[in-house]
Amino acid sequence: MSFVKLTTSALAIAAVSATTAAARDQVQIAGSSTVLPYASIVAEAFGDNTDFPTPVVESGGSSAGLKRFCEGVGENTIDVANASRAIREKEIAACADNGVTDIIEVRIGYDGIVFASQIDGPAYTAFTQADIFNALAPMVMVDGVLVENPHTQWSDFNADLPAADILAFIPGTKHGTREVFEEKVIAVGCEQTGAMQAMIDGGMSEDDAEDACLAVRTDGKSVDIDGDYTETLARINANANGIGVFGLSFYENNTDKLKVATMAGISPSTETISTGEYPVSRPLFFYIKKAHIGVIPGLKEYASFFTSDELSGPGGPLATYGLVSDPELAATQQMIADEVTMGSGS
Amino acid sequence: MTDATAPSLPRKSKSLLAEDDRTKKRNAAEKRFKYYGIAAISVGLVFLVILVATILREGTPAFTRTAVTVDFVLTQEQFDEAESAVLKTAAYTRLFSQFVADQAEEKGVATDLTDEDRAEIAAGLERIMGKIGSDIRVHYRENPDDVGSPVRFNLAAASRVDAYLNNGQSRDGFVSSRFLEEQDLDLIDAMVEIDMIGSDWDRTFFFGSDSGVDNPGGAGIGVAVVGSFFMMIVVLVLSLPISVAASIYLEEFAPKNRFTDLIEVNISNLAAVPSIVFGILGLAVFIQFMHLPQSAPLVGGLVLTLMTLPTIIISTRASLKSVPPSIRDAALGVGASKMQTVFHHVLPLAAPGILTGTIIGLAQALGETAPLLLIGMVGFVARAYPDTFVGGFTEANSVMPAQIYTWASRADPGFYEKAWGGIIILLVFLLTMNIIAIILRRRFERRW
Repeated sequence: MSFVKLTTSALAIAAVSATTAAARDQVQIAGSSTVLPYASIVAEAFGDNTDFPTPVVESGGSSAGLKRFCEGVGENTIDVANASRAIREKEIAACADNGVTDIIEVRIGYDGIVFASQIDGPAYTAFTQADIFNALAPMVMVDGVLVENPHTQWSDFNADLPAADILAFIPGTKHGTREVFEEKVIAVGCEQTGAMQAMIDGGMSEDDAEDACLAVRTDGKSVDIDGDYTETLARINANANGIGVFGLSFYENNTDKLKVATMAGISPSTETISTGEYPVSRPLFFYIKKAHIGVIPGLKEYASFFTSDELSGPGGPLATYGLVSDPELAATQQMIADEVTMGSGS
Repeated sequence: MTDATAPSLPRKSKSLLAEDDRTKKRNAAEKRFKYYGIAAISVGLVFLVILVATILREGTPAFTRTAVTVDFVLTQEQFDEAESAVLKTAAYTRLFSQFVADQAEEKGVATDLTDEDRAEIAAGLERIMGKIGSDIRVHYRENPDDVGSPVRFNLAAASRVDAYLNNGQSRDGFVSSRFLEEQDLDLIDAMVEIDMIGSDWDRTFFFGSDSGVDNPGGAGIGVAVVGSFFMMIVVLVLSLPISVAASIYLEEFAPKNRFTDLIEVNISNLAAVPSIVFGILGLAVFIQFMHLPQSAPLVGGLVLTLMTLPTIIISTRASLKSVPPSIRDAALGVGASKMQTVFHHVLPLAAPGILTGTIIGLAQALGETAPLLLIGMVGFVARAYPDTFVGGFTEANSVMPAQIYTWASRADPGFYEKAWGGIIILLVFLLTMNIIAIILRRRFERRW
């Protein structure tokens, strides 16, 4: 009786809200946890400085974000996907299958990837790509022969490094950071140490060797972190011997707990990254569904606000937080103003 | 006759006061068991004390903030200038820092300043103040008459200033960074000296919304509390009637056959399903198929309803079962129909148990994060209080556990503190709900 009433009213509420839900008035964003801090800074400022509501920014990783982005066009799909890597051909195809054809690619700046360890831990102060490869690859070169990785301590292959057990916390495969780590550190180390040549000489095709070069040992010395950098930080805090892979901005926020290592002799900073000297950096992007511009209020304004000189330029709040400004920001601003989609002009 | 049986007893006659070996053994075993029990409880208590102490120690700093009090004058010209900028909030921050730096001598922060010193102080103040532009802008937009006359502002300082003053961080270990430089510490000390910087109760934390990652001082849990409230309404309104109806039917009306047995087993199994599974289901059914809004408490409530249903059904059935059959027999005996029996006699007697089960189910749902990850309630979401009652269900919002999770994963240590503070608030709510459940049980429960 009264239960019947309650249930019907509940259903009525659900029905009413379902119909009112049709008009979404805030921008919906998801994707890379590396871009999330920047996006949240911009989203807050966008709500504070304009008359549009504050966009909703979700985390979850570049791949997860792009997957949701490509689910289709309409108000129940997200408008913007943040990514710490460029969109892949496969993803563009998946998007097109679901009707998401016009995508605007916006590069917001660069992010450095640093290797940091506990501030009181062993003296991990200088690495090269070859060091990281020797420590973390499954097959390495020892005395000119390709063998299964026998190294247990850093000093096993480089006397300049401390005699501490190898333990590295690297981003999991769903993170865009992992790809950069593989391509700019492991793969480079693979070539430098001659392991790649050895693989090709051993009968592998060049493509297979390139793929094999990206592998990481699986005996527990290298640990995939699927969570955020805070999880990596907690693991580093618990393991004095551990080194972790962080974004530059995260490291700069936690300089009291972490010390950073140079890569190939260059210490990471916004300056060395913007000049391209520091080797491990990657561009950050977000992708906009052009079909949603004009449908979701504030979407285009959000994009141009994000890329304005005041926010993304040098000295802006994003640069203060650790983003390396894009020297070609003006071109990006123009591109957003003209709504240039991928493949149409760029 | 009677004395003839006495010698036939083979008993070793012994004093009742002296224990024989077997009794001793049994008594010792009993004692040992008691000690095991006490040890188990003590271990539990120690962990509880450690947990509560840690939460209180880490979390209470979130309730206070370091604030800067300044009488600020904004001219009409400056107001117009700031409003015409792209990043208006930053313009206000700059104007404010400039104003304080210009007044540094009058206020007694420093003496004999050159213009260069002033510029340096202004730059230092921008670091010390953190993100205050939004507060100033909101004030002048709401009170345009205040432009031109002095207004007393009480603005939050940056999180690192807070850490320096409250956590007793020594200067030796201080590392200069973009966020706070070593010379800023002198300025902070001077400002503390003249009571310009002080500690006060952080209202923003209780009533505010989530903030950008560079602004831990502006973050508050208030909006997320409201989100939790609306989500709990959905859970309560849907799960209580559905589960009570289901339990009454299964317990009082349904025939006992293989089919109802199957349903029973499935309900028990559902109660043990990991909550993330319900999140995946919610994403597929409510958002992708039914096109309900993302990040909305309505969808969160629907997902958590699915999760809570089995819990409430099981406890409701248990309390219906505990009503003695004699009550039913008596009601049926005087001619009541089956439905009258259930609604007039059985249900009222079972109500305390049902309520307890419901409240515990709700408390479980209140602390749940995993299913909400998938329906868009985790991230930078809780930004504004809903405008209308219906809006409370459909507008994007977060909930307390999701907000805590978000804060805990941010780089700035200031957010870590906020996360612990949020845990305290969440625990207060959970504790209140559990206490209500206990009180209800104590007051209304009848033993047969």
